[in-house]
Amino acid sequence: MSDHVFGFRTRALHAGTPPDPATGARAMPIYLSSSFVFDSTEHAAELFALRTYGNIYSRIGNPTVAAFEERMASLEGGLGAVATASGLSAQLMTILALAQAGDHIVASASLYGGTVTQFTVTLKRMGIECTLVGGDDLSAVRAAITPSTKALFTETIGNPLGNVADLEAWAALAHANGIPLVVDSTFASPALCRPIDWGADIVVHSATKFLSGHGTVIGGVIVESGRFPWDAGKHPLLSQPSPGYHDMNFAETFGEFSFLMRARTEVLRDVGACLSPMNAWLLLQSLETLPLRMKAHVENARLIASFLAKHDDVAWINYAELDDSPYHTLARKYLPDGAGAIFTFGLRGGREAGRAFIDALELWSHVANVGDGKSLVIHPASTTHQQLTDADMRAGGVTPEMVRLSVGLEDPADLIWDLENGLRAARAIA
Amino acid sequence: MILTTVAQRRDLLARSKTVAMVGASPNTTRPSYFVFSYLRTRGNVEITPINPAVSEIDGVRAYPSLAAYAAERGAPDIVDVFRKPADAPQVTREAIAAGAKAIWFQYGVINDEAIRLADEAGLDVVVDRCIKVESARFDGGLSIAGLNSGLISSRRATRSAGAKP
Repeated sequence: MSDHVFGFRTRALHAGTPPDPATGARAMPIYLSSSFVFDSTEHAAELFALRTYGNIYSRIGNPTVAAFEERMASLEGGLGAVATASGLSAQLMTILALAQAGDHIVASASLYGGTVTQFTVTLKRMGIECTLVGGDDLSAVRAAITPSTKALFTETIGNPLGNVADLEAWAALAHANGIPLVVDSTFASPALCRPIDWGADIVVHSATKFLSGHGTVIGGVIVESGRFPWDAGKHPLLSQPSPGYHDMNFAETFGEFSFLMRARTEVLRDVGACLSPMNAWLLLQSLETLPLRMKAHVENARLIASFLAKHDDVAWINYAELDDSPYHTLARKYLPDGAGAIFTFGLRGGREAGRAFIDALELWSHVANVGDGKSLVIHPASTTHQQLTDADMRAGGVTPEMVRLSVGLEDPADLIWDLENGLRAARAIA
Repeated sequence: MILTTVAQRRDLLARSKTVAMVGASPNTTRPSYFVFSYLRTRGNVEITPINPAVSEIDGVRAYPSLAAYAAERGAPDIVDVFRKPADAPQVTREAIAAGAKAIWFQYGVINDEAIRLADEAGLDVVVDRCIKVESARFDGGLSIAGLNSGLISSRRATRSAGAKP
């Protein structure tokens, strides 16, 4: 063992998965076991008191899931991670670890529609208020912060607007107010952006997307930096005695580990939205090729975007890779290897042209997902964002003619051939 | 020598058999108790509380001072320090007098004078680290908790002493 610093590609293959100590298995075994025997009653007592590390029950922790967690923590540059059943549960459990009824969060309005609904409907019913701020306006974010605000929340690359968050500025604003910055980095993946490097305190992912990369599993993960001062008084859930754990004060007892410990031993324990070992194993397999896949996704996305940018029937494209994008400068800073492979464009023919375009496609899959190896397409106004009010939808930048692409790994010539057919059908309607 | 690398901490823990813990608390919500209890039940080292206010913790006899420990048990391999930074130089002098081979200052126990004293006396010195966390890093405990051990290896049984799935 030396102090050699291993690179990202090496960690994508190895972090969290040394050979299995029990068998020497080189691939991570799938520990499909709900529960784990204790060595002794004393060992059990130490485990339940959180004084030693070990497995109890797979709702709280599992060796295969832990390997995925450690790999994600390594790739994001975090202290540790908690895997979750989905991206939505990763967000929900992050908020529940920080806030309770009467508390408040401030979020970018340019978020996945399901997140907006979770924050403004479900969290509101639980007594946690959320203020959404549009237009990447950090002075408006600052104005929305109140004494009960417990966190700021943004996406690295907004869905579906494609806006790139100024992460350093968001982090500085959060820290000036004594609160953490939570970043959903699903569209970037740690291969393209590591928000913790820019000051974020917590990173959440829908692992279903590029981390899985094959459109197979539903999963999520919370990664935390270990740098936020949880004992500073703004987060009594962490710095006051917890009735859920023998009046333990997490911040005092666990220091830098206090958020991760509470997220796992109280929130995951009580919410129950754990990742299955089978899904964790699939995600570990997928992460091995994440750096290679993201490079290929970006290459294809750039080709598709430049094809569309030259096409007469395309009214606009929102892709931060393009020179005329208002987010191009931010993308060069935060996403130097590429602004992801998901972007939107508008057809001159409007809503009906958008429908005709999608209905004519043969190779692109019409699904409510992104980040698959297979190329995907959707019309947000009639699908992912249809639960939102028109005002919330427009605040999130979704317009009726908008089509969202998630560019996959196929031969780019085949993808362009299919898009040409779709555009021809859209023109026939218009 | 001031130990700053992962490999140095791993080697220190591997060669150490006894730890005298200055400031060990019997209060089960205190961080020092968590560290004491972890090392005691893990059993890789013999951990002894140094605390004049208690006679034992969890059945392990406590000594009122490092001198009293050394008189009966000999020099400890590691003196683990859970005291406020201002107390660190005095604890260091006592550790040197007791013949300790290494001194380990826990999180936040940062005192330049204490570090200099220990280094000049030839002790191995670890600063602003937790002996429980570092033990768990090498025995697989951190990994089993989804924490980033920072370790990469294709050799077998790097977790052998710890992971008990």
